[in-house]
Amino acid sequence: MGVLDSKVPSGPLADKWTKHKNEIELVNPANKRNIDVIVVGTGLAGGSAAATMAELGYNVKTFCYQDSPRRAHSIAAQGGVNAAKNYQGDGDSVYRLFYDTVKGGDYRSREANVHRLAEVSTNIIDQCVAQGVPFAREYGGLLDNRSFGGVLVSRTFYAKGQTGQQLLLGAYAAMNRQIQRGKIKSYTRHEMLDLVLVDGKARGIIARNLVTGEIERHSAHAVVIASGGYGNLFFLSTYCMGANVMAAWKAHKRGAFFANPCFTQIHPTCIPVSGDHQSKLTLMSESLRNDGRIWVPKKLEDAKAIREGKLKPTDLAEEDRDYYLERRYPAFGNLVPRDVASRAAKERCDAGYGVNKTGEAVYLDFDAAIMRYGREKALTSGMKNPDDKTVRKLGEEVVEAKYGNLFQMYEKIVDQNPYKTPMMIYPAVHYTMGGLWVDYNLMTTIPGCYAAGEANFSDHGANRLGASALMQGLADGYFVLPYTIGDYLSDDIRTGPIPTETPEFEEAENNVRERIQKLMSAKGEHSVDYYHKKLGKIMWNKCGMARNAKELQEAMDEIAELRKDFWANVKVTGVADGKNQELEKAGRVADFLELGELFAMDALERNESCGGHFREEYQTPEGEALRDDKNFTFVSAWEYKGDPRKAKLHKEELVYENIEVKTRSYK
Amino acid sequence: MKLFLKIWRQKNASTKGKMMEYTLEGIESDMSFLEMLDVLNEDLIARGEEPVEFDHDCREGICGTCSLMINGRPHGPDSRITVCQLHMRSFNDGDTIVIEPWRAKAFPVIKDLIVDRTAFDRIQQAGGYISVNTSGRPVDANAIPIEKDAADASFNAATCIGCGACVAACKNASAMLFTSAKVSQFALLPQGQVEAADRVLNMVRQMDLEGFGNCTNTGACEVECPKGISLENIARMNREYLAASVKG
Amino acid sequence: MSGVISSSLARKFVMALSGLFLVIFLVLHVTINLASVISPEFFNEASHFMGYNPIVQYAMQPILILGVIVHFVMGFVLEYQNRAARGVSYAKYQGSANAPWVSRNMIYSGLVVLAFLGLHFYDFWVHEMVYKYVEAKPEDPTRYYAETVEKFAPFWRTVLYVVSFVLLSLHLWHGFQSSFQSMGVNNKYTSGIKTFTKLFAVLVPLAFAFIAVYHHLNPITH
Repeated sequence: MGVLDSKVPSGPLADKWTKHKNEIELVNPANKRNIDVIVVGTGLAGGSAAATMAELGYNVKTFCYQDSPRRAHSIAAQGGVNAAKNYQGDGDSVYRLFYDTVKGGDYRSREANVHRLAEVSTNIIDQCVAQGVPFAREYGGLLDNRSFGGVLVSRTFYAKGQTGQQLLLGAYAAMNRQIQRGKIKSYTRHEMLDLVLVDGKARGIIARNLVTGEIERHSAHAVVIASGGYGNLFFLSTYCMGANVMAAWKAHKRGAFFANPCFTQIHPTCIPVSGDHQSKLTLMSESLRNDGRIWVPKKLEDAKAIREGKLKPTDLAEEDRDYYLERRYPAFGNLVPRDVASRAAKERCDAGYGVNKTGEAVYLDFDAAIMRYGREKALTSGMKNPDDKTVRKLGEEVVEAKYGNLFQMYEKIVDQNPYKTPMMIYPAVHYTMGGLWVDYNLMTTIPGCYAAGEANFSDHGANRLGASALMQGLADGYFVLPYTIGDYLSDDIRTGPIPTETPEFEEAENNVRERIQKLMSAKGEHSVDYYHKKLGKIMWNKCGMARNAKELQEAMDEIAELRKDFWANVKVTGVADGKNQELEKAGRVADFLELGELFAMDALERNESCGGHFREEYQTPEGEALRDDKNFTFVSAWEYKGDPRKAKLHKEELVYENIEVKTRSYK
Repeated sequence: MKLFLKIWRQKNASTKGKMMEYTLEGIESDMSFLEMLDVLNEDLIARGEEPVEFDHDCREGICGTCSLMINGRPHGPDSRITVCQLHMRSFNDGDTIVIEPWRAKAFPVIKDLIVDRTAFDRIQQAGGYISVNTSGRPVDANAIPIEKDAADASFNAATCIGCGACVAACKNASAMLFTSAKVSQFALLPQGQVEAADRVLNMVRQMDLEGFGNCTNTGACEVECPKGISLENIARMNREYLAASVKG
Repeated sequence: MSGVISSSLARKFVMALSGLFLVIFLVLHVTINLASVISPEFFNEASHFMGYNPIVQYAMQPILILGVIVHFVMGFVLEYQNRAARGVSYAKYQGSANAPWVSRNMIYSGLVVLAFLGLHFYDFWVHEMVYKYVEAKPEDPTRYYAETVEKFAPFWRTVLYVVSFVLLSLHLWHGFQSSFQSMGVNNKYTSGIKTFTKLFAVLVPLAFAFIAVYHHLNPITH
């Protein structure tokens, strides 16, 4: 086991969490008033954790770089949140959700954590409804569900196309209640620039006030990092522009191990890149795959004609279309998990069947769904023998009610009407399964430093299933972390306030100031975006959907080279003691330039294909991922050693006692 | 595409700002408006000037961070979108585009086009929640059936992204549409009705304290709202407020 | 006044209620005025009643004047606060893109109507006060029709009156329906209310204008 102790409780899987909750230390309410906790990030995980801990009685300080906690990028999640409620009576259960998640993650996640996630999933829905989250309902007034990729039941709760916003507003409202009570102090437009350790324990952070540029010291008895994922490493992604790895990376450099950095989710249904000016990619919810059929032309010459604008997709006969997901995976069809769907799209486009100018797009077609819904609607409205036009009109209305906002978003961006012509989609970086290594209590390898939500290496293994990110963020924040943190804080009831006038804070602050000084005084050849785009290209081309040893090695060298160039030649305009977006970006890109190298090294180290990590050397004759369970059933946890490539690998062996490890098949 | 830009530049909250003019060439029609500004900023950086600071984050129309007054309209000429969803195909070669920050006493300028919207947070802190313990054990979600129409109306109010376009558009810089959306979201649900009276009184009091203007029912907010929040919410808040005041 | 009514919503209610009250007064006023076109005798009777009935004179008249004052003072207070709420004004502001002219310029249509009220008071109310209390002339139930018609003899006054009625129409066009929204009425009847208020906003000022023009064109020939 080495230095990694996952602290998974003993006993039968289904009883572990209950047993653990009963056995851990608690802090009595009077003592909680004497304990401070810092939460960095106010998305679903951070927001819900902050609200819950404040409600329990701790003094909480929250930090976010946005101007309001409500704007964290959890807000952009469209599709929904999973919960094993079995309201549809389709055979769902805690075990099935647990099983689907472990299998979906390609057997690279920790069994006990995933089971706990499935257990508390049902509480999330109860909690959110009580808070007034307006989930979609059926006419009977009960909650509605839909289906997502990689599962055979309908367990996804949703609020039209903006489930993330509604859930975050719920957590934000809970936070507001505690802010009003004075139990949470909310620092907005603040960024954590370093973690402060006192006697080896996390005791505070150094933050920069992004408006005034002031460097501030904040102390606490524990620090929770809930700052999200690091997909912006790729420059182009579905992440928000400000998403960064700074908090997690600083914790890593202070001693927290970074787990599975190469496990990245590439989401199959995003709007394709249109040009070099592109700053961000927009996701089209996975829920669209409930009704949309994915295809490319069967013949190369048709694909070419479409690319040149000589042929319209709607003119292509049914027999000339290749519904490749339905062809390759008859059991799950268009609803295969994300990694599988993404890879299949790449395979077709690489083979020359891509359908947009750049050859990197496939169709997502609603024509069949529109006609099917139209006929159904005509029947229920009592129409006999309606003509095709009427059916189409009725069908479009049904589809609009289901996905109207997504279709509108597509039309605004692409300037094409998706009701009339199929959508064009292509995979894009969407989520990172990797993150800070945490034990069962969500504590990192630094005592007192916790990680929640996407920021930890989480419960998703090598691939996350749709609608599971919201579930995990809220599970961590509402139901897990506020209790497990008490176990640690019970030792701190007599510690008293942590002073900030100490050498440890001094050292961390100087460290931060020096770095800012160094960034501001670099020679100034190229803008920050110039480096970020270059890094993104390396990552996408060599560490993207398909990877091989040679290119990963090249990526490591190129990134190291780029990092050197960055520190020598980056140009940061403006001043350090005021609002300065360029300085903010520079600090974030500097971290990405370190993480990128570790990412490539992790991918190089993992000589197998699993989930979102596809190594070209390791595939079946049919092109499916080939896992190596004998040698790689472990979590890679990297210890910082001064330079990304000198990082030391620790392995947490994964043990599956309750689930049979087998080849993942969606055929 | 060649464009002439007039942009508000202001160093910080305590200095005076002014409109500056820039000429920009090589803009493509499928760029988003913010990507056009990215191009401008890269130009400025290359020339050694400070780039124009503007708020933006998700760039997909949901976080509500972006906030630009473009040619006298919040989020620009198109309806039902935020600036980040606005594309340059809505403009023509040779156009002059005036870009300003939201203007309201309650939204002071922080820098260039960035304003401070924490007034919105404070309005919600005053009562925009249901007092249910997160660590409690609430009843099963389906134990409270909610009529679909009420749930949908609540959802429609809850789609507000808090961008502040309503305040920016209103000739009175009134925050009624925002506040009423937040009030309505809870007032329409059975869970929210318990505290409805206190909620509306407290949120309106905070709204007034922040220095927003009075509503004169011009309807500009509804037209400019990227999420199409309806004026009905304002009427509902007026009703709720009247009832709450009478009850005392 | 802003100290007394500290909530913006309360100020809206006051504005709406005083406005609705004045609308009711307009109905009464236009009804009696129309009589001047149809039956001079009835007009004289009604006017005399209004001029000498103690309830009208000592209860209703002061309430009406108070209603007018509350409405316009509150209008000024709101306008002042609303301008202050903007702070720095926009270099470019396209108000016409999202709200009709009438709704954005209530202060101007209101000011014109207020100025008109000044003239109207001078023309009729001051005249009555002088007649009754300063010169203390005896009651004469037959004088009203002739006095009214005579007022509209000058072309300039008729024009001023007609222009004011146009502005009154614009003020009512937004204000009448807006008062329902302010009081929280927004339901299935709203579109009906809107149609009614718009018809009202056109027809009532039109009737006033018609009366003024009619008397101008039909002077009493002795």
